Amino acid sequence: MAHLDRLSGNEAVAVAMRQIDPDVMGAFPITPSTEIPQYFAQYVADGKVHTELVTVESEHSSMSVCIGAAAAGGRAVSATSSAGLALMYELLYVAASSRLPIVLAVSTRALTGPININNDHSDAMGARDSGWIQIYAENNQEVYDNYVQAFPIAETAGVRLPVMICMDGFITSHAVENIEMLEDQQVKDFVGEYNPEHFLLNSKQPLAVGPYDVTNYYMEHKKQEAEAMKDAKQAILDVAKRFEEMSGRKYGFFEEYRMEDAEEALVLIGSTAGTAKAAVDELRAQGRKVGLVKVRVFRPFPAKELAQALSRCKAVAVMDKCEGFSACGGPLFAETRSALYDLENRPKAISIVYGLGGRDVSTTDIKKLYDRLENIAETGETGEIYTHMGVREA
Amino acid sequence: MIYAKDINEKTPWQGLTPGGEIYEPATSLTFNTGDWRTQTPVFLADKCKQCLLCVPYCPDSASPVKDGKRGEFDLMHCKGCGICITACPFDAIVFEGEEG
Repeated sequence: MAHLDRLSGNEAVAVAMRQIDPDVMGAFPITPSTEIPQYFAQYVADGKVHTELVTVESEHSSMSVCIGAAAAGGRAVSATSSAGLALMYELLYVAASSRLPIVLAVSTRALTGPININNDHSDAMGARDSGWIQIYAENNQEVYDNYVQAFPIAETAGVRLPVMICMDGFITSHAVENIEMLEDQQVKDFVGEYNPEHFLLNSKQPLAVGPYDVTNYYMEHKKQEAEAMKDAKQAILDVAKRFEEMSGRKYGFFEEYRMEDAEEALVLIGSTAGTAKAAVDELRAQGRKVGLVKVRVFRPFPAKELAQALSRCKAVAVMDKCEGFSACGGPLFAETRSALYDLENRPKAISIVYGLGGRDVSTTDIKKLYDRLENIAETGETGEIYTHMGVREA
Repeated sequence: MIYAKDINEKTPWQGLTPGGEIYEPATSLTFNTGDWRTQTPVFLADKCKQCLLCVPYCPDSASPVKDGKRGEFDLMHCKGCGICITACPFDAIVFEGEEG
């Protein structure tokens, strides 16, 4: 029987890890993900898991530990944020290209500089081209549920890619919410035993992992990786379906909120969706045709499906909690607008960069944005396409 | 199972192992690394005293020993570094074109 418990996002991830009982954790603390290895270390000390907890000297090493453990044939996990993820950068590519199904929890946080410990998505977005599957949560329930689904997705034959489970630092990682837990045995059965086809500790079959790849082979291996990322789409849906059968909670590539007849819509990632939903409800009560799409799976990017979801809209604002410095909009905007290009009747689209370094977003901010979209829908004029929300202007 | 010996530069991406994994040992034997070489050593058998000092010095195991005797170079793996030339006390190895 499922039961309720009040947990922070970090603790919810640590509980999911305990229920999965991975073989190895590469552990290194960084705000705001520190609680994950902290809670988990207690489970190790109390003998509640069989995990080898490897305390290392840096995130470069914690991801290296995961790579070694996964290549050896184990389930490997780690957790990090911000500069920690940046320090893993080299290894993220090694893990993905070696096709190792590692799971990394990311409590997202701004990247230095200027130095800042609060939430935005610049750390995870910086790793968007590393070959990792990226799944984002709005709240504690979602990050727990996403984490339970991570290994079955990562380990799917034909996928074999590492997965980042992202939640908003502090907002989700430290806020305590009531969430519906799964029983330990349910999670164990859902995740199952991990029996990789090839692994280094198999004395019966020699194996080399990550050999040097000359020019005549490198591109074929990158093509394989790209195909695996495409195949991950079906794996994500299959695992979500199985998860729904177990838990009753439904997941897809994104959540459509009051989109059925929406003419103006937001596209965004993470906890701000909660704020935006409240604004949508207020505006809907006034008769406005507004909705939002909260992207859950950013890699692989569900371009076709997202374009379809937005196909009946007149104006769309894509909100990035990340400044990509492209000088023409954030990364989610770039992907979304590219997806819209294939539609016969494209909605007008604008890029909103918001919430950097923990800058709050209120329902008032969101409602102002919908007013702007209404104006774009009525006039057909987008005005300035790339703007920053909630920034002081002279 | 896909073996490295069956993979070559014409193999399509579908025919390669995931991530370039290699499932058998000693695949370097089939891989020509000697094509890096810009200078080629020559073994002068009549000057060789079979001290075998050149053998452990060779970084590429390209100085083969058979029945206790130094044999001809394995030019598929020799990269032409010339360490063996320095190691040989009897001038029994020289670079091609530098004999005498």
